[in-house]
Amino acid sequence: MTFTHRHLLGIEHLRAEEIVTLLDLAEDYVTLNRADVKHGDALAGLTQINMFFENSTRTQASFELAGKRLGADVMNMAMQASSISKGETLIDTAMTLNAMHPDLLVVRHPHSGAVDLLAQKVNCAVLNAGDGRHEHPTQALLDALTIRRAKGRLHRLNIAICGDIAHSRVARSNIILLGKMENRIRLIGPPTLMPSGIAEFGCEVYDDMAQGLQDVDVVMMLRLQRERMDGGFIPSEREYYHRYGLDADKLAHAKPDAIVMHPGPMNRGVEIDGTLADDINRSVIQDQVEMGVAVRMAAMDLLARNQRALRGAA
Amino acid sequence: MTDILFKNAKLVDPEAGTVTTGAVAVSDGRISGIITDGSDLPEARETVDCNRKHLAPGIIDIGVKVCEPGERHKESFGSAGLAAAAGGVTTMVTRPDTDPAIDNPETLEFVIRRAREAAPVNVLPIAALTKGRLGREMTEIGFLLDAGAVAFTDCDNVVTDHKVFGRALSYARSLGALVLGHPQDPGLSAGAAATSGKFASLRGLPAVSPMAERMGLDRDIAMIEMTGARYHADQITAARALPPLERAKANGFDITAGTSIHHLTLNALDVADYRTFFKIKPPLRDEEDRLAMAEAVQSGLIDVISSMHTPQDEESKRLPFEAAASGAVALETLLPAAMRLFHADQIDLPTLWRAMSLNPAKRLGLDSGRLAVGAPADLVVFDPHAPFVMDRATLQSKSRNTPFDGARMQGKVLQTFVAGHSVYQRS
Repeated sequence: MTFTHRHLLGIEHLRAEEIVTLLDLAEDYVTLNRADVKHGDALAGLTQINMFFENSTRTQASFELAGKRLGADVMNMAMQASSISKGETLIDTAMTLNAMHPDLLVVRHPHSGAVDLLAQKVNCAVLNAGDGRHEHPTQALLDALTIRRAKGRLHRLNIAICGDIAHSRVARSNIILLGKMENRIRLIGPPTLMPSGIAEFGCEVYDDMAQGLQDVDVVMMLRLQRERMDGGFIPSEREYYHRYGLDADKLAHAKPDAIVMHPGPMNRGVEIDGTLADDINRSVIQDQVEMGVAVRMAAMDLLARNQRALRGAA
Repeated sequence: MTDILFKNAKLVDPEAGTVTTGAVAVSDGRISGIITDGSDLPEARETVDCNRKHLAPGIIDIGVKVCEPGERHKESFGSAGLAAAAGGVTTMVTRPDTDPAIDNPETLEFVIRRAREAAPVNVLPIAALTKGRLGREMTEIGFLLDAGAVAFTDCDNVVTDHKVFGRALSYARSLGALVLGHPQDPGLSAGAAATSGKFASLRGLPAVSPMAERMGLDRDIAMIEMTGARYHADQITAARALPPLERAKANGFDITAGTSIHHLTLNALDVADYRTFFKIKPPLRDEEDRLAMAEAVQSGLIDVISSMHTPQDEESKRLPFEAAASGAVALETLLPAAMRLFHADQIDLPTLWRAMSLNPAKRLGLDSGRLAVGAPADLVVFDPHAPFVMDRATLQSKSRNTPFDGARMQGKVLQTFVAGHSVYQRS
């Protein structure tokens, strides 16, 4: 098996063949999840704790379901409401949980690098469920699986990532993953929402949707992260929708069989037209949600195997 | 009769720009003779054989944070003084960004008394430019000068109100007081933890363009032109800030500039996987900027190298990068880090000592910083070649937030003297 990591902290640390290993395993779990009896035992007896320092419904539900389907004991902790507000530091919280002997720790945190820091202090597998503007590896993996199933391959595709790149950990993880798999990546958005030095990532950068979407195979829309903006990145949402919102007219510039993706939750009428998002011929947004559970099952399965191997060796 | 004779030394003379073999005689705490022509050495009560190691004026470090009053658990005058002595720093010029700020003569007197009791090296305090470093009302600059303040600054709290800053500069000028500015546009740099660019984007860190430094410097230069003030920029770290600095000097304004040892020896990539000991203010820059700073020190455009010694306890650093405190301790690593620049042929030894010793002394009106007869015998004996692996557990500072932990370095301080008295001897 070519997947040797203790934690899943980011796509940056993965090699292309490790990504393929993970996606192949996830395919098995897609099958399992579509069966009548959706139970595996890969995580039987293990304890999974979901620590979300930032609100999340979808990702947390996806991780919870993934763990339960593989037989783990899953506990959710809403960290915003707990000891953090009493002044406990991230590391103290981590050490406290560590003493309860969890096997898998799923962490989301508003600060970039916070999950890396936590992983240094605990002796179980840590999965990054999104840290600040840094990485969201399971999202990039589920996007990759969705693309591979829709397009039949995960290389030599023209892929456009559109919108609020600057505030998006989803965009960063996707840029890294799709780059490792040798795709051409275009970033489209207003310059105020582009991170600095982005051209050095090996992406083509556009500030015009019509130009940028020309002949692409995949259109990934990003959510406009209104909660992360401290003001003045765009003049208004209606002007943003007019220039960067994905609708049928703009999509007409892409290849006729181009698929439309969105990590959710969507701001309908801000970055994407509602009708288009629901168009089952173009939109794979619901598939992304389905792949999310399978990819997270695969990721936790692989980490649990490595952890067993490590503990067995010790 | 001579009190101490340093013989068989390589004398680093920043004024002459030379390194020559010779001896230095010390009497009554001052240099009483320099012998480089092989003539007879004077009789002395005590002789220090330097074994062909280097002897230079002690370092004068502008911008040391000693956390008294307020956070003595991070650093006290005692611990900072020991760290300074171990680092070859014979004069600490201390910052007023304490809690409370050193913004009135009473607090300043407390600081001077504590320094005298506890620190084995010279301590010269800088006082705040505005009350509470809040940028609203100037401090009692006259009283503070009388009480012993050598300069005025609000440190990294930039005085954003141009009227307040202009009045403070004018008033300081009338008293001949030196003002230290922190060239930075605070609007642009608000919330930033890194320098903008590929690395910051990859790590998802809030970042600031180095242009914010250039804008801050442009503003300060305009204020100097308006008021005629004596001004020193605490840290120039970006290549883009050098042309305006050069023009301001060519225009004859009373301006000097410093940079930090970290900006001369590290770059933004050193942060790697969110290593918070590398989080400093302004944030580490690109390699091109680092090289430009080294060149500017060598050419003399940048006058001063400082440690910007900023102690932080483990609790303020063991946090996600964005939330972690800024600053690094550097009193003890300043000299070995500077030796990196020497060994890389980027800055020669006399120029390093001009920036670490002679120029700070000149700017503050001190008679130290020289290897000349009559100058105070504040001296450091060091071996620029001695290799070692930095271990932060060995630091004298109460806080050990050094970015050089585990780094291979070359350059050891062997002995430090203040006014002819030994304050440090490597065991």
